[in-house]
Amino acid sequence: MTRPVETELLTSELDAELPPTVGGVAIEGRSAYQLVWLRLRQDRVAMASAIMIALIALFALFAPLVAHFTGHSVNQEFHRIGENPDGSPKGPSHIFVWGTDDQGRDLLVRCAYGARISLEAGLIATAIAVFVGTTVGLASGYLGKIVDTILSRTTDLVLALPYLLFAIALVAVVGPSLGIAIAVIAFFSWASVGRIVRGQVLSLREREFVEAARSLGASSMRIMFIDVLPNVLAQVVVLASLLIPSAIVFEATLSYLGLGVPPPTPSWGNIIADAQNYQEAWWFLLFPGILLLLTTLSFNLLGDAIRDAFDPRGDQMFARTKKG
Amino acid sequence: MSTEPGVAPVQSQPTGEVLLELTDVVKHFPIRSSSLFRRDAGAVRAVDGVSLTVRAGETLGLVGETGCGKSTLARCITRLYDLTAGTIVFDGEDISRLSPRAMRPVRSKIQMIFQDPYGSLNPRRRVGSIIGDPFAIHGMASGADRKRRVQELMEMVGLNPEHYNRFPAEFSGGQRQRIGVARALALSPKLIVCDEPVSALDVSIQAQVINLLADLQTEFGLTYIFIAHDLSVVRHVSDRVAVMYLGKVGEISSSEELYLHPRHPYTNALMSAVPVPDPDLSDRRERLILAGDVPSPTNPPSGCRFHPRCPKARQDCVEKEPALIPRLGDGPGHQTACHYAVADGEDLTTQRSQLPSAAQAQDLVATTRSTEGSETP
Amino acid sequence: MGRFLVRRISLGALVLWIITILVFVMFFVAPNDVAHNIAGRNATPATVANVRRTLGLDQPIVTQYWHFLTRLLHGNLGQSYYTQQPVASILKSRLPATLSIMVGAAVIWMLLGVSSGIISAIRPRSVADRGLTTFALFFYSLPTFVLGLAMLNVFFYQLHTHGWPNLPGSGYVPLTQDPYQWFLHMILPWVTLALLLAATYTRLTRGAMLDVLGEDYIRTARAKGLGEGRVVLRHGLRSALTPIVTQFGIDLGTLVGNLVVTETVFGISGVGKLAIDSITNQDLPVIIGVVICASASVVIMNIVVDIAYALLDPRVRLN
Repeated sequence: MTRPVETELLTSELDAELPPTVGGVAIEGRSAYQLVWLRLRQDRVAMASAIMIALIALFALFAPLVAHFTGHSVNQEFHRIGENPDGSPKGPSHIFVWGTDDQGRDLLVRCAYGARISLEAGLIATAIAVFVGTTVGLASGYLGKIVDTILSRTTDLVLALPYLLFAIALVAVVGPSLGIAIAVIAFFSWASVGRIVRGQVLSLREREFVEAARSLGASSMRIMFIDVLPNVLAQVVVLASLLIPSAIVFEATLSYLGLGVPPPTPSWGNIIADAQNYQEAWWFLLFPGILLLLTTLSFNLLGDAIRDAFDPRGDQMFARTKKG
Repeated sequence: MSTEPGVAPVQSQPTGEVLLELTDVVKHFPIRSSSLFRRDAGAVRAVDGVSLTVRAGETLGLVGETGCGKSTLARCITRLYDLTAGTIVFDGEDISRLSPRAMRPVRSKIQMIFQDPYGSLNPRRRVGSIIGDPFAIHGMASGADRKRRVQELMEMVGLNPEHYNRFPAEFSGGQRQRIGVARALALSPKLIVCDEPVSALDVSIQAQVINLLADLQTEFGLTYIFIAHDLSVVRHVSDRVAVMYLGKVGEISSSEELYLHPRHPYTNALMSAVPVPDPDLSDRRERLILAGDVPSPTNPPSGCRFHPRCPKARQDCVEKEPALIPRLGDGPGHQTACHYAVADGEDLTTQRSQLPSAAQAQDLVATTRSTEGSETP
Repeated sequence: MGRFLVRRISLGALVLWIITILVFVMFFVAPNDVAHNIAGRNATPATVANVRRTLGLDQPIVTQYWHFLTRLLHGNLGQSYYTQQPVASILKSRLPATLSIMVGAAVIWMLLGVSSGIISAIRPRSVADRGLTTFALFFYSLPTFVLGLAMLNVFFYQLHTHGWPNLPGSGYVPLTQDPYQWFLHMILPWVTLALLLAATYTRLTRGAMLDVLGEDYIRTARAKGLGEGRVVLRHGLRSALTPIVTQFGIDLGTLVGNLVVTETVFGISGVGKLAIDSITNQDLPVIIGVVICASASVVIMNIVVDIAYALLDPRVRLN
C-alpha cells in the first residue's frame, strides 16, 4: 500500500471536530440515560408523579411508625371505641384519624400496611415479569431457530390465555395468598415484555456492530448481554414503568374478589371489598380508593413521561417542561 | 481523489509467503419458499467459485459493482458465514470448516473493518470498552493493563486517548472509522479485511484514513484485502487488484498492469467510467456504455456471466465458461477469464456483440450514443 | 383467505385443547386431593376410597383426562357439588345477564371512545381535546371495582338517601321480563365499564387520526372541495380502524376479568359472579365449567376479531 496523497494528520483539525472543553477539562460524554434523566427533571408532571410515589412509598415504609404513633396496631379490633352500637364503622375523629373499619380497626394504620402490599406486589411481580420476559425475548430473538420457535409459541400461548379466569382457577385449587397473587401477575405479564423485546432483538441482530462482535470471536452469550441488551434496555424500562401500575391494579382486583391477600392482612383491595357493605361510611371507601387511584395515576403519568423522555417526538399536548 | 502527475506510486515489497489461499469458494443463500411443500425455490449465488491467493504484506484490492459478491466474500474469509463449498487456507491452516470454538484463536489473526462508521460501533457502549472488546473476549488483558493498551491503540490511530469514556455519537465519521481500525488492531492480526472502509466518508477524510492504513501496514507488516467499488481509490492502495462480477473473479493482476492493460471487457467498462477531472480529456474520451442491467444472482447467465452485456460476445461465450488464466501473452500474475480478451489499443466502443439477444439492447445504446455525440462540440 | 382461516382456526383449536389440559392438570393432578375434599374432613379411608372409585379418580391420569375431554365435547360439564344441578344449565341460566352487560357496555364504550377521539383529533390542543385526554388518562388509571363502587355510592346510595330511589343497587332483571327495569339495572354497570374502556379508544383514535389528517392526500381532498365531514370520517377514521380493531381484540381478553369484577360490585348474577361464588363454595365442577366456557368464548371471539382484521388489512392474510 502506498501513501497516495501527502496530507498531514492535522491534529488541530481533528481537535476542531471535538466538543469544546470547559476550563481545560474535557467534557465527559453523556450516556442516553443521563439525557433521559435530564429531560425528566424538567418535566413538571413527571416530577410531581415521582414525588407522589415517593410519599406513598414512605407511607408504606413507615407503616409500623404510624401504628406506633396512633397507638393502634394493624389488626387490633376496638369494638368499644371503634364501632357504633350497631357494629358499623365510626367516622374520622382525633382518636382514629381516618376512621375505623367494620371490625373497629384503625383505617389509617390498615391503609399504611395495605400500601406495603400494593407496592410489594406491583414491584416484585413487575420485576419478575421483566426479568423473565427480557431473557426470553433476548434468547428467542438472537438465537433463533428452535429456541425461537419454542419460546415464541409459548409466549403466544400465554398471551392467548384469559388471565383472570386462570387466576380464579388457581386460587380455587391452592387457596389465596400474596405469593400466589404475585406469581399469577408475573406469569401473565412476562409474555408482552417477551414479545416486544424479541421484536427489538430481531432488528438489532442484523446491525453491523453485532457482526463486528461476531468477527472478533465473541460468544453468543456475550453478544446478547453486552451488545444487544443495552440497546434493548430503554424499551424495557418504559415497559416496566407501565407494567407496575397494571400489576398494582391486578393485585387490588384480586384482593377485592377475595383471591388475593387473605384476611386479616390488609390490602387496599380487600378493605374496599369490606367497605361495600357500609355505603354510609364514606371514609371506608374513600381513603383506600383515593390512595389506589393516586398510586396508579402517578405511575401511569410517570411511565408516559419516561416514554416521552426516551423519545421526545410527537405533539407535546400539555407543556411538560418549563419554557426557556 | 485524483493522481497528481509526477507522483509515482511506490510499491511496497511483499514478503512473498502465501498467507491466505481461497480455492473455489462458493457461498449460496437458499431462498426458502413460503409454502410448506415446495422446498428449494433456488438460491442467491452470491459467491460462485472464487480462487485467490494473498501474500503476506501485500494489499489485494477487490472491486466490483454492488451485488457482485465482494462483501459476501469478505464475510466468508472472516468466517462470519459458513462456506457452501470450497476451502480457505490461512497461514497454513484450513479454516473452512472449523467450529466456532476452534475459530476463536484464528479470529485474533484475521480482523475486519466495516463500511458503516455509524453502524459498526455499538451506540450504547463507550469507546474504550469497544476497543477493549477483543482483549476481553480473548482474555488477554484486563483492568488497568487493558486500559493502557486501549489508549495506546487510540494514540496509534490518531485519537486522543483521553476520550476513552466517550460514546461513538460524539465522534465524526472519520474518527469512528479510526475507532474501528483501533479495534481491529488490538490483537495484532496478520490479515485485515477492509470492507469499503472509506466509502461512507467525505473525500477529504478518505485520504486521512487511507494514509493511516498505509502507515500501519508499514509499521506492523499487515496484509490487507481492500474492498471498494471506487476504482480510483483501489488503484492507489493496492498492490494487486481482482475484479469481481456476479460472484466470480473476472480479472486479477498487479495494480499497475490492470490500469495499463485491462484485458476483460468488464474491466475496460469500469475504467472508462472513472471520472477524469480534466474536462477536455473527459470530452475526448469515448464512454463505453454497457447495455442491459446486472442479472440477478439467483439465475446467472450460462457460460461467461458477462455475455449478455459484453460488446465482444460470441456464441461460445454462451456455451463455455472461460477459465481464469493468463491471456494474450500476459505473465502468470495477470489472469483473465475471457475467451476474447481485449488487446492493447483495442477500441471496444466500436464493437458489437454477435449474439441475437443483444441486438435490441445495443440499438438502445446506439441511440443514446448518437444523442450524446451530437452534444459534443 | 381460505388458508388464513384454516391456520387461524386450527391455532385457536390448539389453544383450546391446551387450556383443557391445563385446567385438568390444575384440578385433578395437583396436590389437592379431590376425593378427600368431597368426602369431607371426617371421612374414613374407606369412604374416601369409595368416593374416589365413584368419581373414577383411581384410574390412570391419561384415562381420566380422556373421559374428561370426551364428556366436554359432548357438552357434559358435570354437576354442581352444591346444588346438584347440571353445570351446563347453570351456565345457560346465568348467561343472559353477562351478555347484557357485555354487549351494552361494548356499544357504549366504542361509541364514546371513538367519538371523543374524533373530537379530540379535529380540534387538537383545544379545551375539549385537553379535557377529554385528561379524563381518558384518569379513567384509564382507575381500577374497575373502585369506579364501580364509587358510581354505586353516588348514584345509588346518595340518591336513595336523598330521596330519589329510582336506581337499583344490585340485581338483574331479564330484558324479556321488564325492559324498563332491565335498563335501570344495567345503566350503572354499563357506564362503569364504558368509562373505563373508552379511554383507550379515545387515545387511539385521536393518535391515528392526527397522523392521517396531517397527510398530503387529506389536503388534496379538502382542496377538491370535499366536505369536512366526509374528509374526516371517510379518510381519517378509516386509518384508525386497524388499531381500533386490534385494541378491541385485546379488550375482549381482559373483558372477562372486568365482567367478573363488575358483576361482583353490582351484585348481578351472571357467569362472573358465579365463578367467584363457586370458589367460596369449593364447587369444583362449576369452576371448571366457567373457566373452560369463558376461555372458549375468548378464543372464538379472538378468531372473529382476527378475521375482521384480515378483511381490513390484506397484508395480514399474506403473512
